[in-house]
Amino acid sequence: MPTDVELRYEVETLYADYAAALDDNELERWPDFFTEDCLYKLVPRENWERNLPVALMLCESRGMLRDRVTAVRNTAVYAPRSLRHFISQFRIEDEAPGHLRVHANYLVLQTLANDLTRIQNAGRYIDLIARTESGLRFKQKICVFDSVLVPNSLIYPI
Amino acid sequence: MDDTTLERSNRPPRAWPDEGVSRVPYWVYSDPEIYRLEQQRIFCGSSWAYVALEAEIPEAGNFIRTFLGEKPVVVVRDETGAINVLLNRCAHRGVEFCQAAHGSATEFMCPYHQWTYDLRGTLRAVPFRRGVRRQGGMPEDFRLEEHGLVRLQVARRHGVVFASFGEDLPPLEDYLGATMLQYFDRVFDGRQLRVLGYMRQRIGANWKLMFENIKDPYHASLLHVFLVTFGLFRADQPSAVQMDESGMHSVLVSMRGEQKASEGTAEMKSFRADFKLADPRLLDPVREFSGNATVVMQTLWPNLIVQQQSNTLAMRQLVPRGTGQFDLMWTFFGYADDTVEMTQRRLRQANLMGPSGFVSIDDGEIMEFSQQGIEPFPGDEGVVEMGGRVVRNEDHMVTEAAIRGFYQHYRRIMGL
Repeated sequence: MPTDVELRYEVETLYADYAAALDDNELERWPDFFTEDCLYKLVPRENWERNLPVALMLCESRGMLRDRVTAVRNTAVYAPRSLRHFISQFRIEDEAPGHLRVHANYLVLQTLANDLTRIQNAGRYIDLIARTESGLRFKQKICVFDSVLVPNSLIYPI
Repeated sequence: MDDTTLERSNRPPRAWPDEGVSRVPYWVYSDPEIYRLEQQRIFCGSSWAYVALEAEIPEAGNFIRTFLGEKPVVVVRDETGAINVLLNRCAHRGVEFCQAAHGSATEFMCPYHQWTYDLRGTLRAVPFRRGVRRQGGMPEDFRLEEHGLVRLQVARRHGVVFASFGEDLPPLEDYLGATMLQYFDRVFDGRQLRVLGYMRQRIGANWKLMFENIKDPYHASLLHVFLVTFGLFRADQPSAVQMDESGMHSVLVSMRGEQKASEGTAEMKSFRADFKLADPRLLDPVREFSGNATVVMQTLWPNLIVQQQSNTLAMRQLVPRGTGQFDLMWTFFGYADDTVEMTQRRLRQANLMGPSGFVSIDDGEIMEFSQQGIEPFPGDEGVVEMGGRVVRNEDHMVTEAAIRGFYQHYRRIMGL
């Protein structure tokens, strides 16, 4: 059993790697952070708090994560941009044997060509992490963002 | 501002190009005076604007806060079951009294001086109206009934609520016309609706570009690789563009095809025969409406798009926010009697729509590219000649006729 400090180190490393994959535009690596039967959702707080099920992104398997990557890479038309994730305030709890419940805050900055760096999205992760043979993997990642409005498009996963 | 300000202004005269509606002058997307006139004549004029679904306010006292044009309004169901649309502005000093996005109330009280209104907007109480210790107070002839909230005209049909600042309005059914009503009733057939949730985005483009986008089937076969590849909307499929008699409303109708190459796909650089979904549950549409159409996108003047693409249903409400931006407010819904599987299907297909939608991303981005290209050149104009220069219904997609229809009506209302 890892100590609390070791566990925190392990969890924060997972999030650092996750953020690096997205910030470095290595989108193809994104599904690898999840279990095969994962759930990924990006939802406005408005829907989350009222139990309204619609999500901006809903992926119910690693296959759907891959489909989203394929769509973003090969079919969607959008202005080039770069993103930077800041993830903090981790709260880690044991949920079930081999599973951790992790709450964290996130902030994503977006920089479009010829524009200032702006806040693209801010909110919290409500995650369920499974300890697998290949390390910690997200079994559920629910991103609940604070703002009512989003600035035009949220193209990349958060 | 009165209607003659444009004529009096020192700016170059705003004259529509001689070619008529096969041209759209770029100043309509950027001139603040045009924008003010639009607010007055279009959004505050004699039009029925979408404000809510009844399913959002099922019980007496339920309200939502929304916008008609730029004007903040509250849509509330009163004790009698009637729906009232009230300007969200206290009759006293103009405070936007309702700040909650939704909720339930028995009355509305302005927090500033606690003027209190009933759910019909009638002023019921004014603190210190008779003064304190016989000092102050409102004048003797102050009448509560003369200081209610501004109450808009309301029309409802099959669970959808429309409102208007105008006075002399035709009934909603006449306003939509027989053709539009038939498509409207196809989705809103009287069944109880269930709200599935909201998406809201701020798009850096003039509000009219949103309407043009949904009235333009020409782009759908070219820009939207996802739609094209999976046969959800493609130029070689049976389809139609229909309008009401004025041209202000329209529908794009199409039938889903297969993912196979054809004569039409040869010109669609965006068609990708090799693209396969890793999890095909994403696109597992089932037929649920009568007739052959699998997509019906309806645009209703002045602020609504009714989206039916496969099994994803949504109201897209336009809220203009100045010449160069607007908010697009999506209300996704299904029916109260949907099975669990059908609801899940609608939620999966919602991946196509909204700010992160496999299809809608393209539109949001393109509208901003349009605004960026247009804004510096108010003296120039866009070409709208696909499918000819006239306004008429078509049974194919290779046309911009519905954009011309929109501007035919726009010019009439705006006096341009």
